[in-house]
Amino acid sequence: MSPERPERRERREDQVRRLLDGPHPAVPPELVVDAMRRGARRGRRRARARRLLWLVLSVAFLVFVVWASVEQPWNPPPAETTPPLNGW
Amino acid sequence: MRHRQVRQQQPLHAGEFEAFVAGAAGRLLHAATLLTAEPPDANPRARTLLTDALTQTYASWDRLRGEDPYDRARQELAARFARSAWRAHRGRGGVLGALGPQERLVVVLRLGEGVAEEQTAALLGLPVERVRAICHRSVAALTSPPRTRGDATATMTAAPS
Repeated sequence: MSPERPERRERREDQVRRLLDGPHPAVPPELVVDAMRRGARRGRRRARARRLLWLVLSVAFLVFVVWASVEQPWNPPPAETTPPLNGW
Repeated sequence: MRHRQVRQQQPLHAGEFEAFVAGAAGRLLHAATLLTAEPPDANPRARTLLTDALTQTYASWDRLRGEDPYDRARQELAARFARSAWRAHRGRGGVLGALGPQERLVVVLRLGEGVAEEQTAALLGLPVERVRAICHRSVAALTSPPRTRGDATATMTAAPS
């Protein structure tokens, strides 16, 4: 594209702005009603999914705590050395 | 029981959202109609686009955290249009019918909505120079006589220059 003088470009951009500012469409009322109905449903579904996720995480945490307190994996395991081989 | 159901249907922010839409829907639908390049009185695609964008805006209304809902809705609108633009959005009239989908996006955001170059670039995931180039190209295409495009449908106001 050939370089253009800034004031000329400005004028052309203003021209396009006027072009864009033409007749506005009317907003059908059912558009907003639809958006609210679907948006509310989506919001509820997300809230439910979030609750479920928290539930699963807290149950997993609880199960881990119970398992750890029973099993105590930080204690060294009982010695299980093989008995010495004698009688060869 | 019935009372509870009704309350569940209408989340807390219904009033706020309705007030926002009452003020913003006209301008947003105008922008959407320019994007889809449809005539203002026959714009089913623009309506669908705006319904989807507003659905998303309403669903995440309580997580706006002080952000301007109009910005959010416009962002949603642009992103949705960009995502569906590969489905060959041939214009069917409208003032921007002669431009491609990406050119329409840039022109509507930059000149129609007055979004800054940097923000437009971030929104579309393009470098700033590219946004500038697309904008200049589109302005040139819109303000020069149709013969440069060889397209009789290039609806142009008679350029007084």
